[in-house]
Amino acid sequence: MTRKSIISESNPRPVAGNGLLDRRLFLTSAAAFASASALPGTSHAEVRAALEAWQKVPGLPFSNYGRVSPHERQVIRWIVANDLVPGNGISWSPLHELDGTITPNGLHYERHHNGIPEIDPAAHKVRVFGAVRRALEFDLAALLRYPRHSTLCFIECGGNSNAGWRSNPVQVAAGYFHGLVSCSEWTGVPLRYLLKEAGLESGARWLIAEGADAFSMTVSIPLDKALDDCLLALFQNGERLRPEQGYPVRLLVPGWEGVLNVKWLKSMKISSEPAMARNETSKYTELLPDGRARMFTFTMQPKSLITSPSAEMHLEATGFYEISGLAWSGYGRITRVEISADGGLSWAEAALNEPMLPRCFTRFRIPWHWRGQKAVLQSRATDETGRVQPARAALIAERGRHGYYHYNAIVSWAVASDGRVRHTYVDAVPVETEFDGLFINDD
Amino acid sequence: MYNYIIIFVLFLPIFAYGEGPSAPALGHELSPEQVRSLDTIIGPSGSGLPPGAGNAAVGAALFNRRCQSCHGRAGRGGQGGELAGGHPDLTRASPDQNVGTYWPYATTVFDFVRRAMPMDAPWSLTDDEVYAVTAYILHLNGLLDATAELNAQVLGRLRMPNRGGFIGIEADPQLLRHQR
Repeated sequence: MTRKSIISESNPRPVAGNGLLDRRLFLTSAAAFASASALPGTSHAEVRAALEAWQKVPGLPFSNYGRVSPHERQVIRWIVANDLVPGNGISWSPLHELDGTITPNGLHYERHHNGIPEIDPAAHKVRVFGAVRRALEFDLAALLRYPRHSTLCFIECGGNSNAGWRSNPVQVAAGYFHGLVSCSEWTGVPLRYLLKEAGLESGARWLIAEGADAFSMTVSIPLDKALDDCLLALFQNGERLRPEQGYPVRLLVPGWEGVLNVKWLKSMKISSEPAMARNETSKYTELLPDGRARMFTFTMQPKSLITSPSAEMHLEATGFYEISGLAWSGYGRITRVEISADGGLSWAEAALNEPMLPRCFTRFRIPWHWRGQKAVLQSRATDETGRVQPARAALIAERGRHGYYHYNAIVSWAVASDGRVRHTYVDAVPVETEFDGLFINDD
Repeated sequence: MYNYIIIFVLFLPIFAYGEGPSAPALGHELSPEQVRSLDTIIGPSGSGLPPGAGNAAVGAALFNRRCQSCHGRAGRGGQGGELAGGHPDLTRASPDQNVGTYWPYATTVFDFVRRAMPMDAPWSLTDDEVYAVTAYILHLNGLLDATAELNAQVLGRLRMPNRGGFIGIEADPQLLRHQR
């Protein structure tokens, strides 16, 4: 946590409780510059003595592929995998260490069910068969000749933030709680080109996608979505997909839950009915208190979280801080993010950084003056369809505590008077039994 | 003046076609035999189930050798998911979501075992072995007799206890109500 200091002659007035300041504060205040005074020039010896070592020797040569600074090597994904099957697990994106909206390719979250296949692109094919007039096969060379489209969008695991269902707030850094979501620019071939080339038969309603991994991962996607905005993604943030993101080709299903974005895409069967595969029946469905379960909950609901300050950070001194975070919705653009510093008693609107794109991370910021008091920081997102991120108590009242997937409640960070930040719950929820779910609810 | 009209008429069919220049047609057509070898999907009513058969007795031996280390004795759970046992009431404080209490389709068990299990050697079980392991898992849940032979016909007709327990949120619920 770095302390932001400003030089200001004014004493900015709070716009909400516990020290929240107007989001336009820094947009409107003019920077003050001291004028250079006329003194004699500095001698070589004085300048040289003041120089750092790296200015007195030639720097390192070029590199064919850049690397992160050796001082930033602690910014990594956090891996939790199955002891017996090390390729079955997840890695969280360190959202609390990042800023802006684009996730670096090496830090994009991962969910693999049985490892990352080592695919030879020369041997890899994508097929379309089933309820089509002509079953077709495309090699990579062919796919690379089709017209492409680029889109900036997030991918979020349906199980992201599932620790929020627990009766006690989990104490880990924000990214290692909510970081099964990442945002990239994806480039590839609109899926409808291939589907139209194959020719859909009447009665075709679903696309069953299959990956070429050691899980032969399958999911069913309504054909309307496939024809609308899905891509066969070949590039991520300008470069070809990384193996862990589905090299050489993955499905991109904008705004819908991550499991549908099948990596290492191998085949697409067009069908009148869904496959009712394991990952759309026994998993990625949400058990309700009445014993029934929600199924085919595709769209990721509006969500936001403050990434700084956030859990496990420490405010070293009182004064000005920028509260900053991410908001996103699978339904479209984020239109509003409100911030509270008093646990939801009062709210102020945060500034949203351009661009605010549909189904994409939106970065929000608001200045805050911390005087060393206890505070509870929260963010609440609204999207262009009017959907609002719910309070945790409201979400639990609606869904119970055993749905596991699609947790999008407001996140609360408690700031103690010593500056330590912890995850907290502000809403009183009747505690049933201790929820014994694990981070990975999987085989 | 007439020239303009002629030009307009010449271009009309292109605009009328609607979608501008078409994408290249570079797909290579697959024969029905090629599609057969590529289509691994088992549908909820049993479509795609291969020939073959197995029973729970054979499946138990296989399970103990290949599955128990992750799924526990009699499928009671371990590092891998719980497959059987527990209480059928999903409204309890700690619900048991396993094959017998939660999974809506028996075909999913066959499909998933065949494509992904065991995780240290996927696609290593023969179709007869997948039928046998599936029969054993169904037997553990009281859904199939120990000696009953499981094949495509039996599996396609088997109705799971929680078959009606799902609400389609963003897909047409009609699609959940196909023939049994």
